[in-house]
Amino acid sequence: MNIIVPIKRVPDLVEELEIDSSGTDLDREWLKFKVNEFDDHALEEALLYKEANGGTVTAIALDGDDVEKALYAAAAKGADKVVVVKGLDGNVSNHEAAKAFANVIGGMGADMIFTGVQSVEDRDGQLGPLLAHYMGISHISVVTGVAPGGGGVIVTKEYGGGVVAEFDAQTPIVLGIQAAQETPRYVPVAKVRRAMRSTDLEEAAAGDIGVSAGSTVSRMFKPEGGGSAEMINGSADDVASKLAEIIKSKS
Amino acid sequence: MSNNIFVIVEHLNGKVEDITYEMLGKAKEMDGDVVAVLLGSGAKDLAGDFAADKVIYVDHAELASFSPEAYCKTITALVSADAPKAVLIGNTSQGMDIAAGVSVHCGLPLVAYASDIEDGKITSQLYGGKMSVESDVEGSYIASILAGSFPADAGKGGGAAIEDAAAPDLSGLKVKFKQLIEPEGGDVDITQHDVLVSVGRGIQNEDNLEIVQALADKLGAALSCSRPIVDSKWLGKTRQVGKSGLKVKPKVYIAVGISGAPEHIEGMKDADCIIAINTDENAPIFDYAHYGTTEDLFDVVPALTDKL
Repeated sequence: MNIIVPIKRVPDLVEELEIDSSGTDLDREWLKFKVNEFDDHALEEALLYKEANGGTVTAIALDGDDVEKALYAAAAKGADKVVVVKGLDGNVSNHEAAKAFANVIGGMGADMIFTGVQSVEDRDGQLGPLLAHYMGISHISVVTGVAPGGGGVIVTKEYGGGVVAEFDAQTPIVLGIQAAQETPRYVPVAKVRRAMRSTDLEEAAAGDIGVSAGSTVSRMFKPEGGGSAEMINGSADDVASKLAEIIKSKS
Repeated sequence: MSNNIFVIVEHLNGKVEDITYEMLGKAKEMDGDVVAVLLGSGAKDLAGDFAADKVIYVDHAELASFSPEAYCKTITALVSADAPKAVLIGNTSQGMDIAAGVSVHCGLPLVAYASDIEDGKITSQLYGGKMSVESDVEGSYIASILAGSFPADAGKGGGAAIEDAAAPDLSGLKVKFKQLIEPEGGDVDITQHDVLVSVGRGIQNEDNLEIVQALADKLGAALSCSRPIVDSKWLGKTRQVGKSGLKVKPKVYIAVGISGAPEHIEGMKDADCIIAINTDENAPIFDYAHYGTTEDLFDVVPALTDKL
């Protein structure tokens, strides 16, 4: 199976987020970024599938700051090919990103495309389903399992309350991965550096986009704190004493 | 463009999900005719308590249980034919498999993670709930609504006229539903406990779980958790609180090292007393907690265990 994994860097939420001077976007200058955690799961699931069933894994990303590092890390983890897509500027909507990926991946003979199920900045919808529809192929999102079977693959999709559904799906297909079957593997920096020297980073052109999110951001703001929490301060010991009282009175 | 507001009904295993009623209630307040769109097989009765001006019902064997391709194809056809002024879909596992397809094939803007709609402005919760974003839309649009954004009661009623609509050609589907699998009863049913100690990423690694387990043991409580803990396989799925896990309503919910992303909040916001321990003063959990502290959990939790 030829599996393609689009990856994306997103703001790391562990940092304090600030709004820029236009009031419509994050102030990205000092933001820390990391690979979307669900994209890590998508890549892991692709590598596991290849290790169990054979095939190739290609990691692909839109051009941007430090994107090469993310692609080389994917190579170090076991991706056979890495591709950077050039020609799209800045922080594009998912509709535009999906169209660019559709243009490029369309020519790659993909059997399956694994995307992270969602990211923290999916204002205009998740990438995976948009990509599938621009490519005119099927998709299933919130996937926690994929294995060969039936007419192609048997895919496990999650609902709430732990209920899952199984689908019999033909390829090609886009799967929005919620969780890989193993925790995403770690690669040491030394291995990433070796990958940088030995991996050919391919380039592809984004091509014609011609689509947009269809809406514009008029305002970004921090949600009004319900301010509901009564905050308890002091030493850990003081706090613990107060909490113990509260818990005893309420339970 | 018609004057209709389509509300896509979400049901699973014979039960209509709350998100449907929440969206119907919201649509009632909006300017337009509320049309509930129900797909299924022998499922017409599910529409009995919808507050809507009309119900469109499509009956087909391929629609018996939610299936991405069949549902997306059917809803896209209905939206194409009617050109409603707005389409409301749940921002849920089912909704994610529908909204994008309608957006691409009908050429409609899509705004996701929506918590409110007011006069052509749709507010979304992004960045794990840390930022709200207002989007301007002109003309028809699709809004993907976060569960818990509106009261479900407002969407309950009944007596709406039900109109049958034909399914599009659903032969030759590439994705076919096989079966639904219910979770195995685990060692614990967290929905039955009065007190829950719930752990999130702040615990940092699996070995540290013993700190919160000790607190849970002292309280006679069950240990529950947020999604990342389950994805890392430190605790089983039956312990997960949240949108894709379980909804809990205990007397006391102690959230340890949980940031409070919308998907988690959905699972526990109705608890009687929520206590949050998180060093990040901006963590969204503090907007839902009754009591909170930014002291370090590694100091507070052991001290708390001692004092109980």
